[in-house]
Amino acid sequence: MTTIAVASGKGGTGKTTIATSLVLSAPELRPVFLDCDVEAPNAHLYLHPHFDKKFVVAIPVPQIDESACSSCGLCTQVCQYNAIAVLGGKVQVFPELCHGCGSCARQCPEGAIQEVDQPVGCVQTGTSPNGQRFGRGLLDIGQAMPVPVIRALKRWQGESSGRLVVRDSPPGTACPMVETLRGADYVLLVTEPTPFGLHDLKLALEVTRMLGLPAGVLVNRSGAGNPGMEEVCQEYGVPVLMRVPLRREFGEALARGLPLVEAFPEFRLRFRELLASILHQIKLERRASRSLEGSEPHDIGLDGDR
Amino acid sequence: MKQLVVLSGKGGTGKTSVTAALAHLASGSSGRALLVLADADVDAANLELVLAPHVLERHEFRSGKVATIDASRCSGCGECSLACRFDAIREQGGAFRVDAFACEGCAACSYVCPEHAIDMLEQQAGTWFRSASRYGPLFHAALTPGQENSGKLVALIKRQAEQAAVEFELGRMLVDGPPGIACPVIAAASGADLALVVTEPSVGGIHDLRRILDTVAHFNLPALVCINKCDLYPEGVDQIEAECSQRRCEISGRIPFDASVTEAMAHGQPVTQYAPQADASQALLQLWASLQTFWMSSGELDPLELTVRRAVDE
Repeated sequence: MTTIAVASGKGGTGKTTIATSLVLSAPELRPVFLDCDVEAPNAHLYLHPHFDKKFVVAIPVPQIDESACSSCGLCTQVCQYNAIAVLGGKVQVFPELCHGCGSCARQCPEGAIQEVDQPVGCVQTGTSPNGQRFGRGLLDIGQAMPVPVIRALKRWQGESSGRLVVRDSPPGTACPMVETLRGADYVLLVTEPTPFGLHDLKLALEVTRMLGLPAGVLVNRSGAGNPGMEEVCQEYGVPVLMRVPLRREFGEALARGLPLVEAFPEFRLRFRELLASILHQIKLERRASRSLEGSEPHDIGLDGDR
Repeated sequence: MKQLVVLSGKGGTGKTSVTAALAHLASGSSGRALLVLADADVDAANLELVLAPHVLERHEFRSGKVATIDASRCSGCGECSLACRFDAIREQGGAFRVDAFACEGCAACSYVCPEHAIDMLEQQAGTWFRSASRYGPLFHAALTPGQENSGKLVALIKRQAEQAAVEFELGRMLVDGPPGIACPVIAAASGADLALVVTEPSVGGIHDLRRILDTVAHFNLPALVCINKCDLYPEGVDQIEAECSQRRCEISGRIPFDASVTEAMAHGQPVTQYAPQADASQALLQLWASLQTFWMSSGELDPLELTVRRAVDE
């Protein structure tokens, strides 16, 4: 299985546009799509999957058995998130702050803490009309922590049988984006040639560098001059793989929910070239790491490109 | 003090461009700071690129811990790996290693380690700044890329900004929020009096508008909506209008697609300053006018207070 994560620092640069067009361009790889933007997932609006399965994502939060609790307060000391407090001689839980690590229950000398599942969101999976496997996470309204939902979605990826997996990342460079990138083989960073786009691209490149993941850049809404873009990519040693020009009709088609490669079929070949180039880079990376660790290769390629 | 937070759900709808323009319009022709600004998008902070602030103070933001295993004390029993629920400790070539990116700093591993071989090290999770901008004091931050605790950093920035508002007797605070609906958004919205939701007429924009309006309603925060790039997809505008009317949510601004917005950004200026006659600037001026009811409604800027201030100023 080969996994490509499509990410950006700045929001609205076109991650979903690019990720959906990537999977639509290579049906022979039976790609699986993972919408990891569990706060604001949009890919289903372009790929129209029929969801046939749904499972709830929950984190285990403490429940205090007051009859057994001695109010010793040890649980409040082991908790790193201030999710438990002793107030007026009684232990009180703040479930929205709990990460579900289980330490309070494990360390309670009275065995007075049980863990109960608190739902934070769900994962929905299904198939799109063209046979594409599709999974998305959905964080419940009012919940603070998207990472457990992304983690659950990735576990579903592990069970799916696709050869190519494309993960659509949330914007930003914080923990939800990192969780989306972890375990991927390659990161495609989508940016736009504006000061905001460039600034946030650098932050995203810091993350891929720290994670030790190979990355490439796609410049969306590309214009005549894209000041600074080449320099930044050179500085981080990443290639600019593709440019999609700024055209109002692209924006109009995308606004009404048409995938780029379907509204403008001339892009299909360019996306296949982009994918071929990414798969080639992954192959080279694997060769390099195999000579170090002796693992088995799982290279895949597009039809007519071997 | 009255506090307005700019949110969107979907990223890239124009929160920062709108915030910068509102900050500019708020300063009016007086040349005097009338509000405090906070950039609550700490993992992709862009407001500073438009406001060109002068940094006055720089502070470390230390938060969260990461487990580290002391190999010399580790017996290789693997208890830590079993206790970790975040899949952050794995055996690699006979040694247990912590994946610092997966570690959530819960310390479960350090509690169960029979050899006491695991230390929890505090992280520098970012930097925050107190700056002077053209339009008033600005509080902003840079989360270390890949870090957690963006919500805590947002809360810290906002607390500092609120204190400054009191200190400088500024009755208004404008917060540029992050995209999404989770912890940094909740932290940005907390304590606000009104949310201005910037959306765009696209299938994704409308989908995420529903998510963010549900979220602010969940926290009982009233919201106004502003449609950016409103001429891109007229059917989308109809859908936004239907959604807002069903929710009894006012649409206070309609900003047309206008190349001067991007040009202004490239010049590091709010569009209302860079191209005051542009269609987008005129629309933002109208949005600003419709926000006056909110700014003037209560709090420090009630008519009596205004009269007193005016008297003091003169």
